[in-house]
Amino acid sequence: MSDTISDVTVSLTVNGRRHTVTCEPRKLLTDVLRDDLLLTGTHVGCEHGACGACTVLLDGAAVRSCLLFAAQLDGATLTTVEGMANADGSLNDVQQAMQDNHGLQCGFCTPGVVVSLTAYLRDHPDPTDDEIRIALSGNLCRCTGYQGIVNAARQAAVNPRAKGVAR
Amino acid sequence: MTTTVGRYIGQSVKRREDPRLLTGHGRYVDDVQVPGTLHLAFVRSNVARGTITKLDVSAARDLPGVEAVYTGADLNPDIKQMWATMTGPPIEMGGQTAYPPVSLLAPGDVRYVGDPIAVIIATSRYIAEDAADLVEVEIEAKQAVLGLREAMANPELVHLETESNVSVAMPMPEIPEIEALFASAPHVITRTFRGARATNVPMEPRGLTVHYDRYRGEMEIRAATQSVHEIKAFAARLTGLGESHVRVVADDVGGGFGQKMMVLREEAAVIAAAFKLGTAPVKWIEDRRENLMASNQARSEEGTLTFAVDDDGHILAVKCDFIEEIGAYPPSAGATAMLAIGVFTGPYKIPVLIPGCAAVYTNTVGKSAYRGPWALETFFREQMMDHVAHELGMDPIELRRVNLIGPGDLPYTTATQMVLDHITPTETLDQAVDMIGVTAFRAEQVDAKAHGRLLGLGVAGYVEPSAIAFGVLNSDPAVLTMDASGKVQIRLGTGSHGHSIETTIAQIVATHLGCDIDDVAVIQGDTATSPLGPGTGGSRTAVIAGGAAQTASLILRDKLLTIAAHFLEANPDDLEINNSVVSVKGTPQAAVPFAQLAMTAHMAPDMLPAGMGPGLEVVTRYQPPTPFTWSNATHACIVEVDRETGMVDIKRYVVSEDCGQMINPMVVEGQIAGGVAQGIGGVLFEEMPYDDAGNPLATTFLDYLIPSAPEIPDFEYGHIESMSGALGGYKGMGEGGAIASPPALANAINDALAQIGVPPLTVFPFGPSQIVAAITAAHV
Repeated sequence: MSDTISDVTVSLTVNGRRHTVTCEPRKLLTDVLRDDLLLTGTHVGCEHGACGACTVLLDGAAVRSCLLFAAQLDGATLTTVEGMANADGSLNDVQQAMQDNHGLQCGFCTPGVVVSLTAYLRDHPDPTDDEIRIALSGNLCRCTGYQGIVNAARQAAVNPRAKGVAR
Repeated sequence: MTTTVGRYIGQSVKRREDPRLLTGHGRYVDDVQVPGTLHLAFVRSNVARGTITKLDVSAARDLPGVEAVYTGADLNPDIKQMWATMTGPPIEMGGQTAYPPVSLLAPGDVRYVGDPIAVIIATSRYIAEDAADLVEVEIEAKQAVLGLREAMANPELVHLETESNVSVAMPMPEIPEIEALFASAPHVITRTFRGARATNVPMEPRGLTVHYDRYRGEMEIRAATQSVHEIKAFAARLTGLGESHVRVVADDVGGGFGQKMMVLREEAAVIAAAFKLGTAPVKWIEDRRENLMASNQARSEEGTLTFAVDDDGHILAVKCDFIEEIGAYPPSAGATAMLAIGVFTGPYKIPVLIPGCAAVYTNTVGKSAYRGPWALETFFREQMMDHVAHELGMDPIELRRVNLIGPGDLPYTTATQMVLDHITPTETLDQAVDMIGVTAFRAEQVDAKAHGRLLGLGVAGYVEPSAIAFGVLNSDPAVLTMDASGKVQIRLGTGSHGHSIETTIAQIVATHLGCDIDDVAVIQGDTATSPLGPGTGGSRTAVIAGGAAQTASLILRDKLLTIAAHFLEANPDDLEINNSVVSVKGTPQAAVPFAQLAMTAHMAPDMLPAGMGPGLEVVTRYQPPTPFTWSNATHACIVEVDRETGMVDIKRYVVSEDCGQMINPMVVEGQIAGGVAQGIGGVLFEEMPYDDAGNPLATTFLDYLIPSAPEIPDFEYGHIESMSGALGGYKGMGEGGAIASPPALANAINDALAQIGVPPLTVFPFGPSQIVAAITAAHV
């Protein structure tokens, strides 16, 4: 019960800024990001780790923020979709490719796609088509049929070998 | 008068919605956090049918942080009226629509698993859910009423208030002449098809925040909705407030596909609870389990089709008999099949159609709109075409050609008295067949079979009744205002939930006004600023709101030209507009910019032509010339079926479609793609099964499988652009992808399986287990 376990205080570095948050131990990272830090770009699509809308970077690795408690993460460094753009505020390569290729419609799954793809292409600069689709398999989208998202990944991949693949 | 059509219309203009959505700066309903907001959680039934024998909320009420707990006894008596604008008043109020018995929370008995029994309002969602766990509920369970024909015949009732589980029925008439026609037909073929119960699954579940301030007497609602005006009107009727005292806002909305078109029971309960509370904002954000268990569903439908056909494949007459499951509390209890019957003949010349239908209550979650609510007609008809071809020994594509409505047949009046015009079924079939390369495929198929691989080809076509324009849906409004700087704002009654309306409407306005697209702001989704319109759904916005935007732009353009002609001492017919500058054709130095015209109209109206009033504002509506604006398409796909695992690999997927003048081809293809992916899901993966006790068995994304990227192939598009009869030539195309894809894919799978003697599957889903079972059964 909420009044029987004392609150915890955690320090988080999110998008380069230090935050100290006091919350219930059961509070999900997603809810701390959204409610306490007002970073509402991280979306809640299923709360059981299946849809990927809540994906953030934890010490550089893409993770589901709905499957983590903030209390686990004292001292962690996080990047959310709000921290994905270039330093001058312009869209990063993945974000720009998503716009160029109509990789989003309603935009609700988009933050998770942007975070996942940015991390994936950083680590895998020359993916094949099949690898792109498998990399995206943890991000559910109901609007696009994945056409624009896959094309965006092709465009944003660093290695030209993967670019310009006929649709 | 010259025009600048083409500057933006027809171009794949990048979406202005995207930068905010790509960077986490969208504003969805749960993103707006008003201090003092309370959070609501539902207590739901875990029994499909039964009587509540104990309901004790005292422990929940006593939990610190809980502000209120309401049960059906608290909220149900407060209901003033409960009906949807789109479907109109209930029969007892003089309307024509059947509705289920009215309640917000279980009225002493529960009628499906997920049925809301109580609401908790607390300072956080965590506490609200803690309190929900403290509510003591005991239910004396009864055997659930389930199934389609079974529920029709079941003497046990879903609703104590009704005399039967059949909400609406239209029995198939027996007409001696027609019976004689069937008796004498060379071929009479009957098949029964079933859809798989599916649900919309917008990635953003439902949700709303309702603040009723009893001291101001006003209600403010922020909602995930396709139609702010529907919620406003519904909330006013529900509470007895005047509509003008209810304001509804929707900013970004994370998909809907029909699920956010009507006010469903939970949303109504939140409105009623906040109204009763009368103090603080009350927020309810549906979680995914609730969305899968208790947001309305669709596609639990059965159709029995009987086709009378001559030796050449001409369809002589058809009987179609539809049964649809509407669950316990659909937002209205009418028969969607009525519309399906109306458009059943699709792209074919079917001279006689004898229909029947029934809508049946069961102890499951209610039915509501899902992308192409009437699509059962195409699902079943297009599978049936392949069955008929198979019986006649004809190629399924040839059978379609024999019956297609050709260019020379238009306008064509169907057996149900629909007048089809401006459609291109033969052109899209030709294009799809050409793109997929049928001849080459048939050779490849034989070769693959020789190597033990099963390939199949499927085709399906449809004619979509887009842009419904009668009754409350008759028109869409637009208010176009040019400010004193010469830039414009257009306000619409639309409700974008992924449709790119901010971009496409700006394309229309900028093209017809002659200004830069960045000079056009598009405003929607707030009843205080958006003119009264039915929202976005039913593939209507491009045609009807687009027509309104175009009409408004042309009226404003005329006024600007009249003022400019006065200034330039020229004839308006001799003027042209480029980049917000009006000039005399051939004399570009004789010019006046919009900013100067607008400054005059707003600030120096005495300088306007005699008799012209001040300001630059157009208030208009557009009603298309016909009740439906028809669009059409042909889908073709090639699959490989693994005979050991039953897995289906979609090798190619082709869509040839005709949505008239494309405003933005990129957006058109995006709409098609999303619809096709949903259709693929409905055939291969998606099903909401219920067990014998009425328990839903797929309440997580691990059980309810929507397609992910590896399951969806690259799509190939062909476009036939024939102009509609509506302004601008636009046709609606938001639903077509989801309508034709299920039968196209089903036909391809059955074509593959037929090579090893497996009779065609007729019951969705065609998942691996169903396919393996069919192969096994055929080879016992």
